[in-house]
Amino acid sequence: MKKLLTGNEAIAQGAYEAGVAFAAAYPGTPSTEILENIALFKEIVAEWAPNEKVALESAIGASVVGARALSAMKHVGVNVAADPLFSVGYSGVNGGLVLVSADDPGTHSSQDEQDNRYYAKFAKVAMLEPSNSQECKDMVRTAMEISEKYNTLVLLRMTTRICHSKTLVEIGARTEVEKRPYVKDVGKYSLVPHVARKLHLVVEKKLKDLEEFSNETELNFVVWNSKKTGVVSSGIAYEYAKEVFGTQASYFKLGFTHPLPIDKIRAFAQQVDTLYVVEELEPYIEEQLKAAGIACMGKEKIPNTGELNPDIIAKALLNKERPLHEYDSSILVNRPPTLCAGCPHRGFFYELAKRKNLMITGDIGCYGLGGTEPLNAQDTCICMGASISMGHGAQQMFKKFGVNSRVVATIGDSTFFHMGINSLLDVVYNRSNVITCILDNRVTAMTGHQEHPGSGYTLQGMQTHEVDITSVVKAIGISNVRTVNPRNLKEVSDALDWALELDEPSVIITRWPCLLKKHSPADIEEFGSYVKKCIVDKEKCIGCKMCLKTGCPALRFSKEAKKVRIDVAQCAGCEVCMQACPVQAIGRVGE
Amino acid sequence: MNNMIEVKNILLAGVGGQGTILVSKILSDGLAGAGYDVKMSEVHGMAQRGGSVTTQVRYGTEVHSPIIGKGQADILVSFETMETLRWLEFLSLTGKVVVNDYQIPSVPILIGKQDYPEGILDIVRQKVSTTVINANEIAEKLGNERAMNMVLLGALVKGMKLTDIDWEYAIKKNVKANSVDINIMALKAGMDATE
Repeated sequence: MKKLLTGNEAIAQGAYEAGVAFAAAYPGTPSTEILENIALFKEIVAEWAPNEKVALESAIGASVVGARALSAMKHVGVNVAADPLFSVGYSGVNGGLVLVSADDPGTHSSQDEQDNRYYAKFAKVAMLEPSNSQECKDMVRTAMEISEKYNTLVLLRMTTRICHSKTLVEIGARTEVEKRPYVKDVGKYSLVPHVARKLHLVVEKKLKDLEEFSNETELNFVVWNSKKTGVVSSGIAYEYAKEVFGTQASYFKLGFTHPLPIDKIRAFAQQVDTLYVVEELEPYIEEQLKAAGIACMGKEKIPNTGELNPDIIAKALLNKERPLHEYDSSILVNRPPTLCAGCPHRGFFYELAKRKNLMITGDIGCYGLGGTEPLNAQDTCICMGASISMGHGAQQMFKKFGVNSRVVATIGDSTFFHMGINSLLDVVYNRSNVITCILDNRVTAMTGHQEHPGSGYTLQGMQTHEVDITSVVKAIGISNVRTVNPRNLKEVSDALDWALELDEPSVIITRWPCLLKKHSPADIEEFGSYVKKCIVDKEKCIGCKMCLKTGCPALRFSKEAKKVRIDVAQCAGCEVCMQACPVQAIGRVGE
Repeated sequence: MNNMIEVKNILLAGVGGQGTILVSKILSDGLAGAGYDVKMSEVHGMAQRGGSVTTQVRYGTEVHSPIIGKGQADILVSFETMETLRWLEFLSLTGKVVVNDYQIPSVPILIGKQDYPEGILDIVRQKVSTTVINANEIAEKLGNERAMNMVLLGALVKGMKLTDIDWEYAIKKNVKANSVDINIMALKAGMDATE
């Protein structure tokens, strides 16, 4: 039976069929749906970990005791997990171990577009790159087999287009794989220096064996057409190359991309007149071919920035462009993403934006949108957890150099559990007065509402211990902690006044669930489920536009009437605009 | 190569939250069920929060790239008026447009920095074969404004001459049992509203 699956769904199906017993991840676009779909299979223990490092380490543990294990994360998540990744490169595995890295060329939803293929080379592990969903599914099984045969973690490298494109996949059955026995082996799994020294030699030998495999495997194959042009490619770039060249070129299709099959590519290169390397982002393949003395062209034609597409290849290599409609698009207005109507972050950022002389360090999540127009309440956004630690460093320097400025760090609940706790330890331990605002919307919102250690549920729907942020913060050593309702502007404002008065570290927790989250019984008990929408009294509205400073997409300003109205379909009744209005022109419907 | 069906390209454009992804799911399932090779591409994450979004569906005998290039779409279905203009350059010179006559102001418009552009429909009509539909109004009359995406699917199906495909099955596969009827009604209303 064939089904249309996204690459992420296909990885999950592949994990099921390949007898995977354990899977762990931290959510991150474009990888999130891999674990969400694996979680649907009861045969697999599937978990959200607090961060990617923990996710990979738990998968390593499962592998060491003999089970097939998989961990999935976005490209920058692998940075977080790099420490265990490099070590497992030395130790090797017991049960098959696969790390799925979902890169984001074009930064659709990320802070950079790093090319994680270099991680395979750097950490000395094997790598596979699928070009479509069928290959995603098949490669999980192949990766497990390679992992167990060659005693290596296999990096399965995806990109946004592979993750989020649906293509047809032949569905198969699960093969139950017997758990290998766990045998204590400190010479393999305990990387003290004298062990690591020996293992480095083992790894180098392993890479030689893997290169031999790479030259033999059908994962790397040739499609012969015209020999005037040869194209070496992998991943989604291979599909793009076929789209552009069709039967006008011969292809060397790479599925196994670390180590590269240099001998096999050399033989291919000798038979074609011109050799192009078509790859997205960095010249990972091209550099290695050139180092091996194989003449080829790549990045001097195709840029290493942004997402690749067939049009870029056609223009760069064939000088071909499609005719386009010509029209004046200058009247277009941008449509940047924005905090949703009813978003609990809005009230908090509206109040924060009014404060002067602050440095606001932000973090990774929906609340990054608090930094966009008209709120503009964010100075920095670097990586998960950095709001608090960067804020600490900045505050220390403000103090040392006598700059009269305070730092407010804004971080979400899931991001706080991910890495924020460590950063807050730094603030306490090294004694700065950073004001940390933990925006607790009860869920990992940006990636599509995943559970986390504070939400009370696991990935597979089990009720679990709900970590209490206030208790954690107090246990670390912060005595100044306040929890506020972010939809109550006065409460937010008072809390900011209070924190700014203190010359000690403080934490403000804003607690209200994401509007789009499925409310649990506990949510309904705490926050209610009754919504009364807001409405503008046209007589009272003076057209001052103060409410528009909240940036709520449910508000509409009429230039002719010089009045605001509220789009009923969008209004979620958060009442932030009602509190922002200086003349009480906004009320609740029916009151 | 005579029986090769040339790849067709459908581009859906809208604003995050309008239900473009559901339409492309139903569309892809229907096309795959009819025996085509299908590839569909969508956008997740940050852009979904009220930003400009597209989903793309390509079908034929064999499809390589899952994405549509500039000047390549056979049809552009725009769920919001201004988005039509944003994505028009992706339409082929012979392509056609289905546009929902429905405006969602973006942030610069909301905060009064810019005005919602006027005359978009005229610009589009001058350039290409255009079907203008008030999908929200049609869906609202049927009982649920949110089914406007199915009205647009109906218009698309008619425009691409895909009416022979079993769309009711594809809808049943993708929506909750209690909303199947309204979605099918909306689909039919969309077909009826399109020439």
